[in-house]
Amino acid sequence: MPKDSGIGASSKRREDVRFLTGAGNYTDDINVHGQAYVHFLRSDIAHGRIKSVDTSAAENMPGVVKVFTGKDFEGVGGMPCGWEVTDRHGAPMQEPPHPILAQGKVRHVGDPIAAVVADSLEQARDAAEAIALDIEELPAVLDMKAAAQDGATLVHDDLKNNICYDWHLGEADNAKLDEVFANAAHVTTLDLVNNRLVANPMEPRVAVAEYKRGTDEYTLYTTSQNPHVIRLLMCAFVLGLPEHKVRVVAPDVGGGFGTKIFHYAEEAFCTFAAKACGRPVKWTASRSEAFMSDAQGRDHVSRIELALDADNNFVGLRTDTYANLGAYLSTFSSSVPTWLHGTLMAGNYKTPVIQVNVKAMFTNTVPVDAYRGAGRPEATFQLERVIDKAARELGVDPIALRRQNFITEFPYDTPVALTYDTGNYNGTMDKLEAAADLSGFAARRAESEANGKLRGLGINCYIEACGIAPSNIVGMLGARAGLYDAATVRVNATGSISVMVGAHSHGQGHETAFPQVVADMIGIDESMVEIVHGDTSKIPFGMGTYGSRSLAVCGSAMVKATEKVIDKAKKIAAHLLEASEADIELKDGQFTVAGTDKSVAWGDVTLTAYVPHNFPLEVEPGLEETAFYDPANFTFPAGAYACEVEVDPETGQVTIETFTAADDFGNIINPMIVDGQVHGGIGQGIGQALLENCAYDENGQLLSASFMDYAMPRADDLPFYGVDHSSQTPCTHNPLGVKGCGEAGAIGSPPAVVNAVLDALNSGGKTVDHIDMPVSPSRVWAALNS
Amino acid sequence: MYNFEFEKPSTIADAVAAMGGEEAQALGGGQTLIPTLKQRLAAPSSLVSLTGIPEMRGVCVEDDGSVSIGGATTHAAVAADAAGNYPALAALAGQIGDPAVRNRGTIGGSIANNDPAACYPAGALGSGATIVTNNRQISADDFFEGMFSTALEEGEIITSVRFPVPQAASYQKFLQPASRFALVGVFLARFADGVRVAVTGASEDGVFRWSEAEQALSKEFRPDALMDLRINAMNMIADLHGSKAYRAHLVSVMTKRAVEACM
Amino acid sequence: MTQVSMTVNGKAVSGDVEGRTLLSSFLREHLSLTGTHVGCDTAQCGACVVHVNGEAVKSCNMLALEADGSEVGTIEGQANPDGSLNVIQQAFQDHHGLQCGFCTPGMVMSAAALLKENPRPTEAEVRKYLEGNLCRCTGYHNIVKAIMAASGQDVSSIAAE
Repeated sequence: MPKDSGIGASSKRREDVRFLTGAGNYTDDINVHGQAYVHFLRSDIAHGRIKSVDTSAAENMPGVVKVFTGKDFEGVGGMPCGWEVTDRHGAPMQEPPHPILAQGKVRHVGDPIAAVVADSLEQARDAAEAIALDIEELPAVLDMKAAAQDGATLVHDDLKNNICYDWHLGEADNAKLDEVFANAAHVTTLDLVNNRLVANPMEPRVAVAEYKRGTDEYTLYTTSQNPHVIRLLMCAFVLGLPEHKVRVVAPDVGGGFGTKIFHYAEEAFCTFAAKACGRPVKWTASRSEAFMSDAQGRDHVSRIELALDADNNFVGLRTDTYANLGAYLSTFSSSVPTWLHGTLMAGNYKTPVIQVNVKAMFTNTVPVDAYRGAGRPEATFQLERVIDKAARELGVDPIALRRQNFITEFPYDTPVALTYDTGNYNGTMDKLEAAADLSGFAARRAESEANGKLRGLGINCYIEACGIAPSNIVGMLGARAGLYDAATVRVNATGSISVMVGAHSHGQGHETAFPQVVADMIGIDESMVEIVHGDTSKIPFGMGTYGSRSLAVCGSAMVKATEKVIDKAKKIAAHLLEASEADIELKDGQFTVAGTDKSVAWGDVTLTAYVPHNFPLEVEPGLEETAFYDPANFTFPAGAYACEVEVDPETGQVTIETFTAADDFGNIINPMIVDGQVHGGIGQGIGQALLENCAYDENGQLLSASFMDYAMPRADDLPFYGVDHSSQTPCTHNPLGVKGCGEAGAIGSPPAVVNAVLDALNSGGKTVDHIDMPVSPSRVWAALNS
Repeated sequence: MYNFEFEKPSTIADAVAAMGGEEAQALGGGQTLIPTLKQRLAAPSSLVSLTGIPEMRGVCVEDDGSVSIGGATTHAAVAADAAGNYPALAALAGQIGDPAVRNRGTIGGSIANNDPAACYPAGALGSGATIVTNNRQISADDFFEGMFSTALEEGEIITSVRFPVPQAASYQKFLQPASRFALVGVFLARFADGVRVAVTGASEDGVFRWSEAEQALSKEFRPDALMDLRINAMNMIADLHGSKAYRAHLVSVMTKRAVEACM
Repeated sequence: MTQVSMTVNGKAVSGDVEGRTLLSSFLREHLSLTGTHVGCDTAQCGACVVHVNGEAVKSCNMLALEADGSEVGTIEGQANPDGSLNVIQQAFQDHHGLQCGFCTPGMVMSAAALLKENPRPTEAEVRKYLEGNLCRCTGYHNIVKAIMAASGQDVSSIAAE
């Protein structure tokens, strides 16, 4: 029987009511009295030297409050990067400055050159048109391999080249690796591209800042996944403000997917300008602006080689990747192609020797940073595509090849720096084979063929490192922040509870799922617990939501804080019941003396905590506890996915016929929400595989600059998904045994789709080794007719 | 957007008068024009809305059997009201944009804009329609003059479009996955005196007639008649979504499917 | 400035607007009906869908003055008179048809228009009808399921929400 409340129940989401009635409170819904509007004049060329920016005419235009250029920010810090990667020789990465408004050069289409603050947005736009620019156009640096050559045009003139870092992980002894490959019975090599994507949460970014002269205090409302991180970065590194004078609020946020983790220039600008202009300043991105200013995702070019012995055991793996960072280092960009990518190259397999090489490149494109999955989809795509290709070359069943090489004993130390605490990859594969009715595939293929279509089945396994993660480890790896989280459990006198959390919900349903945990621990109704998030003036210092970490990290902090509350409440109950604290049990909201019928209700204890007339003298009044939680390890969700496609050989059109996911997320708090997270991830993964492509032309102009050319998945591009998460190996090191589920779908689905398309194409008698994503009709047709 | 005066006349005569103003621009449903204005790519001094003119709305059958559609008739109205008399045209209208766009966008707006990937230009050219304006009638063959270019004069308004009804017709649209315009769309109409084939989405010159296919199909109306025909890929559009060769190939496939749908 | 008057969610309203003022701006900025969202500038995403004289339209792609004299319905007017969620809204909550909530007002308004036109749509019809409404969170699974459930169809055989 499914539970109807508490841990494991599919409680309906309480936040839905406001969203369904138009009562949400998104950042653009916030207007501050007297606000002015900013319009950013952005570069329309990819690379150029700024000779002059003449704002004199603009300053005299109607409604203009103030015009800013890069010069206004010369005494101000630039946008910081939060992760210092060390290269293969032990040197720190090259870290160029990233000014709020361009200084000296423009480096990508969309790079902000000037900002006009005016009474209305249209006035600001009018004035921006009156700014006279003299910019000498320079050749655009776009191709990563060319950019890495000596003598290439430099994106940043002060750097020695365009390589941010040349990084390595795993086997350092090239001779040893060469020997493994030389002795292998079979080597499969694959060149592939992980296409650049735009995260495109449906809510574009917005920032509204106000400054109160009387108290010297700032408030920034912004579309962020982590308001405390924004406050810390902006105060400490950019504007030099004391944190206690700055409040950052991330109210309802309309989706993030990574791209709202980062501290953006527009946030710092609005905060700075609110004081400089003496008025609140508001910025709302248009979608067109989002395409050239939101950090983008993926964009790797890789070669992967897999060595197998005569029994088809994986014996060695080598990958070489060029990772595009764009024109500047976005907040966590440097960590994505390295620690979030290289460490995952073992996948679910016991490959003994692995070497990962990554050159991270500066180019004249929009900065690239974490997007749902962040590094892990890139790793999984390489690995699972090369395994599929190996299976085809060897003529073996791709599932059998995977099963044969699965890691089956835990904990398992990978050759690429991780320790998997637990897992059961055969278990999820068993679930997948049943749920996806793989035994019926041949009949379905025959039916498709009778209709003139090619049908393919694609399998994929994935593992991810989530719950990002232990501060001591990430610190050693270069993170410039801790990655713990925090929760304060404030019990009110009448027994209701407010939980202030560092995590931020922008679709994940924390407002519903987190109370399920607290209510379950105490034995009270979920409705008595509410979650407060997204406001630095209300919540403890937490690191926010990304990397599928909210429940595993912040949820653990919440459990710890609730345990502290319960411990204290037991002291009070013991006093009221005139019993020993050790004998007090809490169940269903009642404190009972073990073995007796003496009890006191939760509400009586909480009232006593705040009206402490009859109270243990050694205990402080009140009932409020905070816990910070720093995990001991990452969590390792894993799973197996199957996709069936039909290909119309005449047009190259691919349709997803079925998609089935079998995931192991450990314990589950709200199955309905978990399923929804998987659905959304799969939708984005299919989008990457079939539709989405952020492309630049040879001059660095963005070709996919709006939804007219950037193909977002629509309802009729996608099927119903089969989702199974009944194979569960609980995380061994957090109190809830949870692993995180937000990114799995986006990590696990692209290789499944591409493997399925290739299976379909090869079934028609044609040998097609690989097609790059997005697998568009045009590319499929070209592959079939090459 | 730059600001503009907004006028909403209720007769064609008043609309023509309003269009006489300096830099006046007609506004149909605005589904293309408003996004263009948002990008500040146009700066009309006044917009003359054509949506409040009753005589420009609706679908009716003329005495000669042709279907006449008022210039300000929405795609949704055509999809519903032309279904009985000209089902292929109604089906075309029902594939434009999305439901909300179809509730605003108009046939006159679409044809006057002549987007190289729009559906209606193919329907009009493929049907051999007559574009009726406030002061003349223009055959579709003369009307479409290339990408975003038509025979309309400054201030001229499309009041209706008259479609001869073929014996059979079909519109086959292969979607551009992002915009949902046509990557390639083929409107094929079979009349007693021959077959017309109009292609949208494919050419840098906008909508065009594929005359070789018309001749072949007029002789012999079956899919095989197209077998040896290849359209020249030279003037095809190449972009993110498809190469010239792919578009040329799709023209053949969509034409063949249109024939099959008419059989 | 020109005066515009219309009925919004059954209430007569008016305001002074420019020629270029969009219906979405009039609703959000003049009337503070911020449930109607703007997610793009090319009429693709559908977060701004409202009803004008009973028909779904993209309010960020329609001038406020074009709606002069019209009956306009927004997400704020969809709940039952007693304030409880209407059938569609309730189905979205029951079947987890929303996550971040940003596309949701447009989805609900489009769903209402669909069910008015087609009271028992098939899965394919629902998916087709939603081609002008983008959602980035749900992969559409539960939106499609919710709309079918709102139409009174049994959705229990569709994979788990």
